[in-house]
Amino acid sequence: MKVIGKVWKFGDDIDTDLIIPARYLNTSDPAELAKHCMEDADPEFAGKVEKSDIIVADKNFGCGSSREHAPIAIKAAGISCVIAKSFARIFYRNAFNMGLPILECEDADKFQTGDSLSVDFDSGIITCLKTGQTFYSRPIPPFMQELVQSGGLMKYIQKKV
Amino acid sequence: MGMTLTQKILAVHAQKDHVNPGDLINARIDVALGNDITAPIAIERFNESGAKTVFDKDRVVLVPDHFVPNKDIKSAMQAKILREFAHKHQLTYFYDAGEMGVEHALLPEKGLVLPGDLVIGADSHTCTYGGLGAFATGVGSTDLAAAMVTGEVWLKVPESIKFVFKGELSLWVEAKDLILYTIGKIGVDGALYQAMEFTGPVIEKMGIAGRMTMANMAIEAGAKNGIFAPDAVTEAYVKDRAVRNYVFYESDPDAEYAKIYEFDCSNIEPQVAFPHLPENVRGLSDVGEVLIDQVVIGSCTNGRIEDMRVAAQVIKGHKVAKGIRLIIIPATPYVYRTALQEGLFEIFLDAGAVISPPTCGPCLGGHMGILAKGERAVATTNRNFVGRMGHPESEVYLASPSVAAACAVLGKIGGPDQLQ
Repeated sequence: MKVIGKVWKFGDDIDTDLIIPARYLNTSDPAELAKHCMEDADPEFAGKVEKSDIIVADKNFGCGSSREHAPIAIKAAGISCVIAKSFARIFYRNAFNMGLPILECEDADKFQTGDSLSVDFDSGIITCLKTGQTFYSRPIPPFMQELVQSGGLMKYIQKKV
Repeated sequence: MGMTLTQKILAVHAQKDHVNPGDLINARIDVALGNDITAPIAIERFNESGAKTVFDKDRVVLVPDHFVPNKDIKSAMQAKILREFAHKHQLTYFYDAGEMGVEHALLPEKGLVLPGDLVIGADSHTCTYGGLGAFATGVGSTDLAAAMVTGEVWLKVPESIKFVFKGELSLWVEAKDLILYTIGKIGVDGALYQAMEFTGPVIEKMGIAGRMTMANMAIEAGAKNGIFAPDAVTEAYVKDRAVRNYVFYESDPDAEYAKIYEFDCSNIEPQVAFPHLPENVRGLSDVGEVLIDQVVIGSCTNGRIEDMRVAAQVIKGHKVAKGIRLIIIPATPYVYRTALQEGLFEIFLDAGAVISPPTCGPCLGGHMGILAKGERAVATTNRNFVGRMGHPESEVYLASPSVAAACAVLGKIGGPDQLQ
């Protein structure tokens, strides 16, 4: 599977309160959460983000709370995948459980807001469309691929019910 | 090769003799926990799965501690989802207003989480129970839903980092200072995906409340779990409250660690984490002049009776500085009642504090003490991210109960020994 999208670049340690502030956690409605996605990091994000855009960040993306509202908000905002140098562990689990593709890439700091990227989930190869330069992301572990192929954790579990 | 405490608990729950860091396991859980923010999504997923019953009504615990008593209509609807689910599935341990406390203070107090347990909770501070010698970790709502159906969770066995605390604690240096100091040293991703094992002579002398304070903040260093080897102190705490049998595990002498840190506590002074990350830690003597507007003493990190006592000890005979709001939040009904009976409320009220019912409240900017634009708070809570306690341009400084209490009297950041 492949996606093409425009980059929104963020820095280190983007926490779950930046992704979706707790003042909006009195609901779990995806459309409502999407309106406030990344609000305290970039107030213009939710208004300007377009379908299939890509979030790129540096280290420890998604640190902090276990709120699944964070990947829900990102997915509902239309983001096709998140690329970062590293992810916080609960966010990592939640993203896979929800079916939001995320990729660990050591070169994440080389991308800038506005770049257009093509991302191939099978090979992990990321191509910058302007320069043609290619970058590699870490392959998704087989067990996680199995989860994704099942359609997320609940679909995986349903086979057992 | 021997195993760490964390490996041993995971191996037993995966019905294996041995597990290695990096192994993916499917493990039996002892307790699955949710709150009024995370459980509504889990319940929706549970219902979608087609499951008719939870795997064990004694082991699915729901605590609406974030926004109950309901702060607005939307949160009232969320809490109602929990009430109806708890009733429908006859959950043994559902705590509504009156019995409700901050989950990570409440569950240990009620004897629901125990040494040797494997606990998952849809709340990142579930790692608190490592203070009792349990493997406990935070997950999302979908993981919780799956666990409510199957009684199992998939996990990757983490590497462990060992922290050895030596020396003697100086006056007014608390468990909170040790964990802030540690996070300051290793950073907010210093233990990413790993277990933090806390050991050493200082830890052996530390009470359960302090151990839970430290384990609670393991997530602030990115860790999967924080853990303490259970001992006589643990036994004294759990023996009369445990609702089940429990097992003490300890790390083998030849267990492997990714890293070992040794800290001499004699050189550690009270610590303050500056905005906007828990790793921005300074010793109190390096803080300078920081004027404040609010002080919050409470939360799953520092809302236990021991924390109330030390805050009262500092504040006794003093008045809160003019213009400062001091909000005291006993974490559970037991803490509330005990503080009342011991006369601590008298001390807080004489000083001019507000006493809140148990709630997570302002810690996550929910209610009961939200900051306006440009305001600053000192809090005994666990996170100081942008906008954490309110307006995106407000600030949170993290500190211990004794320092927070002193700040309320001083009207600025400072320690108990600055009080006349």
